[in-house]
Amino acid sequence: MKVELHHIHKHFGNVHANDDVSLTVEAGTIHGLLGENGAGKSTLVKILSGFITRDSGEIILDGRPAHIQSPADALRYGIGMLHQDPLDFPPLTVVENFMAGSLATPALLNARAAERTFSALCRQFNFDIDPQARVGDLTVGERQQLEIVRLLANGAGTLILDEPTTGISASQKTLLFDALRRLAREGKSIIFVSHKLEDVEELCDCVTVMRRGRVVGELTLRDTPTKRAADGQPAGKHVNVAARIVEMMFGKELAMPVKPATHQDEVILTLDGLILRNDRLEMSIEHLSVQRGEVIGIAGLEGSGQQLFLLTCAGLERPAGGSIRVGERDLTHKPYADFVKAGVCYLPADRLRDGLISGLTIQEHVALRMSGKGIFIDRAAAAKEAERAIATFNIRGQPDTTVERLSGGNQQRTQLALMPSPLNVLLMEHPTRGLDIESTLWVWQQLIARCNQGTAIVFASSDLDEIVQYSDRVIVFSGGRISPPIAASELTADSLGHMIGGRF
Amino acid sequence: MTAMESGSLLVILATAIAFATPLVFACIGETITERAGVINLSAEGTIMLCAMVGFVAAKVTDNVWVGFVAAAIIGALIALIVAYGAITLKQSQIAIGFVLALLCSDLSAYLGNPYVRVPGPTVPPRFPIPILQDIPLIGPLFFREGDILVYAGYLLIIAAWFYFYRTRGGLTLRAIGEQPAAAFARGHNVIALRYAYTMIGGALMGIAGAAFSLDFKAGWSYRHTAGYGWIALAIVIFGGWNPLRVALGAYLFGVLQSLASVVQSAIPDLPTQMFTVAPFVLMILVLVLTSSDWLDRLLNYLPVNARRAFLRAIHAAPPAALGRPFEQD
Repeated sequence: MKVELHHIHKHFGNVHANDDVSLTVEAGTIHGLLGENGAGKSTLVKILSGFITRDSGEIILDGRPAHIQSPADALRYGIGMLHQDPLDFPPLTVVENFMAGSLATPALLNARAAERTFSALCRQFNFDIDPQARVGDLTVGERQQLEIVRLLANGAGTLILDEPTTGISASQKTLLFDALRRLAREGKSIIFVSHKLEDVEELCDCVTVMRRGRVVGELTLRDTPTKRAADGQPAGKHVNVAARIVEMMFGKELAMPVKPATHQDEVILTLDGLILRNDRLEMSIEHLSVQRGEVIGIAGLEGSGQQLFLLTCAGLERPAGGSIRVGERDLTHKPYADFVKAGVCYLPADRLRDGLISGLTIQEHVALRMSGKGIFIDRAAAAKEAERAIATFNIRGQPDTTVERLSGGNQQRTQLALMPSPLNVLLMEHPTRGLDIESTLWVWQQLIARCNQGTAIVFASSDLDEIVQYSDRVIVFSGGRISPPIAASELTADSLGHMIGGRF
Repeated sequence: MTAMESGSLLVILATAIAFATPLVFACIGETITERAGVINLSAEGTIMLCAMVGFVAAKVTDNVWVGFVAAAIIGALIALIVAYGAITLKQSQIAIGFVLALLCSDLSAYLGNPYVRVPGPTVPPRFPIPILQDIPLIGPLFFREGDILVYAGYLLIIAAWFYFYRTRGGLTLRAIGEQPAAAFARGHNVIALRYAYTMIGGALMGIAGAAFSLDFKAGWSYRHTAGYGWIALAIVIFGGWNPLRVALGAYLFGVLQSLASVVQSAIPDLPTQMFTVAPFVLMILVLVLTSSDWLDRLLNYLPVNARRAFLRAIHAAPPAALGRPFEQD
């Protein structure tokens, strides 16, 4: 089925999540939709699958306008979507899931017939799922396979997959990609939403890149079989695709560095032979030493291990090998409390979930941090301290304002106000995400002031401009590897794009 | 066993089934509601108010069936309030249900005051079913002593089970209680279905109330059905939201009540209140025991296969979205 989206607009409050987005997916192709988190790609596909209603714009299927206002509408048109977190019924059995919501299910259930249909479809794709198993006991990859089979049984002509390769094993990924290629050959159109460059490169025929709610570029990666035959050209990947996609994702021009030189000669953070490992990633750093006052920026596609790295440096994750030293102290495998004592501080990306305690007021946050004697809170002191923090950090709120009622910028200001002083190493994720320009500048002023006092900062950001502007050196996380640090002044948009694409 | 002893045992069990019948209606009603993801905590008040309304309607029209219809309608309307608060306003279902439970029971006392202890119509007693009543043991126990409501109770249990596990509608009902977003993605109108099932459940609770006042505890008095709503809620949990096991729980409660009345006649010196309360206490004990770790530890002595089957039989997870409103973005 050929899918065309014309001039789609969608607002969430003040956020223009889809700004005049148009997209054409030819029948028989796998179309990648690429972009960083928050680029608007999930919103777009949810509009196509009826989960979200659009503000304006047109959906055209096989040349005819389609009226899609709910998932039920989309299903009638043959559009099926696999959501990022599998939307199924964990306590029910596989075959019950297969029957639930299927147009072919008779009013009186016939589990045996459904099981036969299900198993036959599974065999076609080499999926191996026990129809009697509870869905909650399956792996994410198997639940995906179940959803694909279910949607196909419902006559889906277009399949949307939202970040399908997150949380599945390599062999399941191979199975999935084979199934998708097969479906494309059968004439179905596949929309593959991802932020993983290598997956898109491996699988997709075309790719559309989105940034900040807009389409910023389109690229053909492979000629489709029909077109190839017509042109008489051999199939082949276009050269240097990754760099071009990265350029589209992040923009071509890089901002100029603005950070003053603040680093001092004393080394404060030393990593040696550090090995990071979790369920999905394994990466290592041979050696990194950070000086007092230095800012290290971490670039890379989201989910490339930046968070694991920061958590390890903060003492919140144990490294699989290697050592971490802060100043003269070896903190490897020491408890988090020792990291705190050594002057290490970590500010997480999700301010409200991981950083602050929603439901508590600014004053209560201050009181929590104060070293208390006895069992009572020194209310007067906490109030005075909170007033002082609000004044110095320019927080728009009162001491008795609960933190969840603050805006994102003011939450970040509150986090900064709560940081201990003096501080040796500050680890941050997305220090200015969701902040307006004024707050962004102000936050960096504060951070640079900290650098002048001798704090070393290591931060991850998906905003390349921010990284280039404020870092002394940059390291890049890509494809399971970590690059050696590069001085920010030597960076160009090109070299950075190459590195994020995994070539260093 | 002598003829007389087996006769009295039969009487005890037949009484137990009669005692349990209104509870069967209430419990299956609550099971349907909760399977759709809504807790109707107002059971206590719904049953009491509907018992009063059913009695009054039947008395005024001199027709018991009008009483049942009136009770079902009131039950569905109370459930509509719960549904509006829980599904549309997305408020705490616990708070709404609890307040309604208190409000409706007090309302029944206030509105029903003129009808306290006045005689009224009742469901015709003893309605033996031909052929079935002649089956040995089962016939006399299940199909001879009961009246039409007892048999309706059997049918309801079987119908509910069949609907839940053998029809597309029942599969959808379970789906919206487990993962409403997924049901929505599959094209179901979660909001409308939740309204419908909450009201069906409420109507069944209303019928349960009328079954008390027009049949098994005929008449009306102050707080006539006190305690049954709460025990019904407990039985639904104990029954793991499965109609057959929920019904088993309701009948078990009937047996406890029936035994209590036998013991009462054997020991007339004890205060009667003890025997009215005892089944509730015993039932709670049963619930605590079947849902505690203690039983799990005991089960560890069983062979693995037997243990797994047993655990599956006694352990049930509530519908995953129970009590949570569905946010459609």
